[in-house]
Amino acid sequence: MVATVTTASPHTPPVLSFGGALPNDASSQPVVHLDVDPFAMDFFADPHPTHEVLREAGPVVYLDKWNVYAVARYAEVHAVLNDPATFCSSRGVGLSDFAREKPWRPPSLILEADPPAHTRTRAVLNKVLSPAVMKQLRDGFAAAADAKVDELLERRSFDAVADLAEAYPLSVFPDAMGLQKEGRENLLPYAGLVFNAFGPPNQLRQDAIERSAPHQAYVAAQCQRANLAPGGFGACIHARVDTGDITADEAPLLVRSLLSAGLDTTVNGIGAAVYCLARYPEEFARLRSDLSLARNAFEEAVRFESPVQTFFRTTTRDVEISGCHVGEGEKVLMFLAAANRDPRRWADPECYDITRKTSGHVGFGSGIHMCVGQLVARLEGEVMLSALARKVVSIEITGDVKRRFNNTLRGLESLPVTFTPA
Amino acid sequence: MPSITFIHHDDRAETVSANDGDSAMYTALLHGIDGITGECGGGAVCATCHVYVDDSWLGKVGTVGADEDELLEGVASERLPNSRLSCQIKITEALDGLVLRLPERQV
Ligand code: HEM
Ligand code: FES
Repeated sequence: MVATVTTASPHTPPVLSFGGALPNDASSQPVVHLDVDPFAMDFFADPHPTHEVLREAGPVVYLDKWNVYAVARYAEVHAVLNDPATFCSSRGVGLSDFAREKPWRPPSLILEADPPAHTRTRAVLNKVLSPAVMKQLRDGFAAAADAKVDELLERRSFDAVADLAEAYPLSVFPDAMGLQKEGRENLLPYAGLVFNAFGPPNQLRQDAIERSAPHQAYVAAQCQRANLAPGGFGACIHARVDTGDITADEAPLLVRSLLSAGLDTTVNGIGAAVYCLARYPEEFARLRSDLSLARNAFEEAVRFESPVQTFFRTTTRDVEISGCHVGEGEKVLMFLAAANRDPRRWADPECYDITRKTSGHVGFGSGIHMCVGQLVARLEGEVMLSALARKVVSIEITGDVKRRFNNTLRGLESLPVTFTPA
Repeated sequence: MPSITFIHHDDRAETVSANDGDSAMYTALLHGIDGITGECGGGAVCATCHVYVDDSWLGKVGTVGADEDELLEGVASERLPNSRLSCQIKITEALDGLVLRLPERQV
């Protein structure tokens, strides 16, 4: 039998507006200047009140501390992400403008590139990390998640950051890349460096760069074809040299992109999800009663905590953003985390709701640069949350929760918990 | 405004009106149609917007591009000859009345 339900209203309910056209007044509106440092320790400790200030001050604000424009509302963040011709990435997606300053490392061929160069490298990584490849990885990733949770249940009490959020991705991702066993302890420090380096020249960035030499040397070596095991993501990237899609010089840099962005992000994503489930036991109970919610519970944690908090763009021309004038060659800071909790877009944004319709959140970005590793991240997140939901009845926080400070990544240093077995 | 009918795996049908130029995936999300996930927001990355196009409409929805073809190899439910990614189907007046069937699973 076919029942027909007609949804009449063609008009978009406010919580489901996906950005799109922005109000564009003929006359420019003044841009509010704010004395906010979104890369300071006290900001990192609790960014949400300041995110609200940034959102409510106007569609575009100017941060005097670092001389940048910033957008924190969903519509404007989404619009900037989706206009790469005006808001380019090739001048760097951190504060540093590559047109004026020498980049601290050779720029990324994908993240820090614009079309048409980006289109070509992106197509390669899209294929290396495709849904079909995920299907092949799924069983192995799921078995590793089950084994990790079993091991943690033996211990009962442990640090959910080091022993779970870091340990699980470390047990699957380096092998999926095809990395050698030796030297893997460099991976997280290298990623911490990369994400600190998007920030301003503050202590976090300076310290990271100062200590970077051994980690950079490790990563440069691991990106070479000879060091990458057959069948892994790394070897698959190099295989594209043989098909003529990329050159032999480009392949190592594309491997570097996955080593930079593929591990610490999921560590903080999984950490965010476990922290959410520990703080919202009623949501964990819902997940336990319906395992099909695991994937969305992870996705909602990415919206709610936004492990990647910010990225920059640089304007390629004079432009009006929602009636505010921004000149050519200006840095624009996008607050992904603030957009993900903008009440203009989300009902009850401060609520962690594992049944929320999360599609459209910008935790993985949006548009042509939207995270190319999103399927890897979701696979890890889903199978881990599914394992927890099947094997654990409660996650109790049993010690001091410590935050980790990074210019771009949001996550914890330590989350002491006790698991009760199901 | 063109109308599109989504038929769920359990045969429940929902008919919604679409904006000219929107994708079928976007239309589904806008109207809260369960059964289309659209995790990548139409970026042709995720293959969670899989639909089966009703045979009578197959000639009108355009052809499968090379990238879409590769993505379709990764869909969670069975790929059939009428499988498409709904984010790659652009709604026009000519598609008024389009019927799309939803697969059992998207992930
Ligand atoms: C929860 C985990 C993750 C989060 C929150 C995240 C977040 C993001 C965001 C916000 C962007 C957009 C950057 C921009 O617009 O400038 C991005 C791009 C990117 N991500 Fe992820 N990511 C995650 C996991 C991963 C993984 C697992 C990989 C690799 C396997 C990866 C590799 C990349 C790469 C290479 C890009 C650049 C894509 C491009 O410029 O076209 N990410 N990610
Ligand atoms: S919405 Fe992701 S491929 Fe269509």
